Amino acid sequence: MMSDNLKVPTMASYLAEGKQPEVLFWVGCAGSFDDRAKKITKAFVKILNNINVDFAVLGTEEGCTGDPAKRAGNEFLFQMQAMTNIEVLNAYEVKKIVTACPHCFNTIKNEYPALGGSYEVIHHTQFLKQLLNEGRLKVEGGKFKGKRITYHDPCYLGRANGEYEAPRDLLRKLEVELVEMKSCKSKGLCCGAGGAQMFKDAEKGDKEVNIHRTEQAVEVKPEVIAAGCPFCNTMMTDGVKNKEKQDEIEVLDVVEMIANADDL
Amino acid sequence: MILDYLPQILFLIVLIAAILFFAKNVSSLKRNINLGRDVNRTDQKNKRFKKMMRVALGQSKMVTRPIAGILHIIVYIGFVIINIEVLEIIIDGVLGTHRIFGFLGPVYDVLIGTFEILALLVLLSVIIFWIRRNMMNIKRFLAQELKGWPKNDANYILYFEVVLMVLFLTMNAADLQLQLMGAQHYASEAGIVGSFPVSQYMLPLFDEMTIDTLIIVERTAWWLHIVGILIFLNYLYYSKHLHILLAFPNVYFSNLDPMGKFKNLDAVTKEVKLMMDPNADPFAEPETDGDEDMPEKFGASDVQDLNWFQLLSAYSCTECGRCTAECPANQTGKKLSPRKIMMDTRDRMEEIGKDLNKGKEITSDNQLLDNYISREELWACTTCNACVDACPIGIDPLSIIMDMRQYLVMEQSAAPVELNNAMTNIENNAAPWPYNQQDRLNWAKE
Ligand code: SF4
Ligand code: SF4
Repeated sequence: MMSDNLKVPTMASYLAEGKQPEVLFWVGCAGSFDDRAKKITKAFVKILNNINVDFAVLGTEEGCTGDPAKRAGNEFLFQMQAMTNIEVLNAYEVKKIVTACPHCFNTIKNEYPALGGSYEVIHHTQFLKQLLNEGRLKVEGGKFKGKRITYHDPCYLGRANGEYEAPRDLLRKLEVELVEMKSCKSKGLCCGAGGAQMFKDAEKGDKEVNIHRTEQAVEVKPEVIAAGCPFCNTMMTDGVKNKEKQDEIEVLDVVEMIANADDL
Repeated sequence: MILDYLPQILFLIVLIAAILFFAKNVSSLKRNINLGRDVNRTDQKNKRFKKMMRVALGQSKMVTRPIAGILHIIVYIGFVIINIEVLEIIIDGVLGTHRIFGFLGPVYDVLIGTFEILALLVLLSVIIFWIRRNMMNIKRFLAQELKGWPKNDANYILYFEVVLMVLFLTMNAADLQLQLMGAQHYASEAGIVGSFPVSQYMLPLFDEMTIDTLIIVERTAWWLHIVGILIFLNYLYYSKHLHILLAFPNVYFSNLDPMGKFKNLDAVTKEVKLMMDPNADPFAEPETDGDEDMPEKFGASDVQDLNWFQLLSAYSCTECGRCTAECPANQTGKKLSPRKIMMDTRDRMEEIGKDLNKGKEITSDNQLLDNYISREELWACTTCNACVDACPIGIDPLSIIMDMRQYLVMEQSAAPVELNNAMTNIENNAAPWPYNQQDRLNWAKE
């Protein structure tokens, strides 16, 4: 591994220089604090640095989008968070936001506009796809070429917002052998984390949702389970450990695979 | 002679009674749906109409499960087309004519022939449906919420259809035999009226019968068939079969936004804006006009707190269980079943409806929350939208779950403990975990 020499400018520093970045990278709570998710954040930044994408983060001015509060039923707390964030985003005159978290993506894209925050919001896989189309990013097989990969659709990217292809297109660019699980795309099975479940114990049942989903993944015998959400990533990683398959199956974010393929 | 008109008079009485009873049910239905709050679902008319054409008329979501989907399309097309014949039957009944559309000649032959083939296909499909439902251990038909009335209801409908189709074919077969025998009123100089590709095979059944007996058979089948249809029409209100009517408005009024977009409560927006406005005087009297659109309560604990679309959906639900079959919580043995959410909503609405039938007051002490839908069910939902996507007629069980969670959290502060911790963290340090907001960029330096 190369040492992390990340360039992560903040919006505040951009403003001080009187500049606007091309895009704001919304890191999200998981991406900022969760050890596993931080790796995804860094992989994404490495790619952005590598191809000189002009981006900035809010850093300490960013706060939870309010997604878990809203899905838990706490509309008040959600709107407090939303309005606080919108104030900051509008003060910086942000136009375009990219995020590696489908929950942040969905909330800012769909639920902020009515509260006064309208931006172009895209998921990191969509952004990378754009860069690819513009010829700014090159993705080649590298170390994943020919490997058996299955992609787990995050509910809030897939069903909730209809994006099934951008992550798959990126994986195809990596020349992997893409295999689909029994439930995929619009029928994709949830990892079990959504709707604020991440932050509570599950109700009584026969098994945990993430185990159920992992079993579907294990069935197609992948070498890597590709994900596009830090929460799905945690859930699937736990699931793979529970099935004692961690030596055979890796759980990686699509952006980590692109960064790894390039040995960034 | 008045006696000559007796059948027509009788027919008119039966028809009018059936229509009046149906109208009464429709008005209860409307009254119950209007118990709900208002929601704007009349915008984007073009888009809505197209969606209705595609999803309700075109059955586009049915074929995701190919076997059930194709069988359903056969029964559906059969139902719609055979109803053209019902029009003729009603006109004949009122005017005392026989096969009044017979003058159409070859067109009529094609029509009757098509009806017969469809009737046979419907019959076969319905038998397969019955076998699937009762003998094949298909999980979505075995669920707890289908025990008792819902299961019987589903079977009654299938029996009904079998009987109706058999009566239809018997009526035609007897008619054909009468025509062949040259019976008065039946035979026509122009030759055989209608074509009978299916019922012709039933002729051997009538070999020994006299014209008089045959007329009795034909008339009995004719009467039972049309009375059966009128009974069926009035059975709808009590049945999941109401979907044959309500699927259309339900799809029309269904949500057009991305599924991930949950509605924001405007009343909360006002309050939050006021709180965040540095110029607002915290001690000022609340604006009176602001209070008017302040809801009495946040979220939903009973059906009156839901909106009319959600209530319409409860009546439209076909209890097919496609939603529940896709639900991750249900698949892993949790109590939650989105189909049950819809069935409970309808049952509770009916309970209130019964009170309202008796008088103006709602006397029952029950409510949707706890008496019908438990908290355990509500908290098991991952808000994954699989149920919403799976529903063939645009029902959104998740929206009801969310409204009820909102009530639990905002009115009762009754979230699970761990969730309360996460929410306290969000409030204090803008993340669901207890990390300091000032450390949010530390990852960049690690
Ligand atoms: S949104 Fe909730 S009820 Fe619907 S399928 Fe997902 S977990 Fe089940
Ligand atoms: S809500 Fe839709 S999918 Fe679920 S049982 Fe009713 S009709 Fe079927």
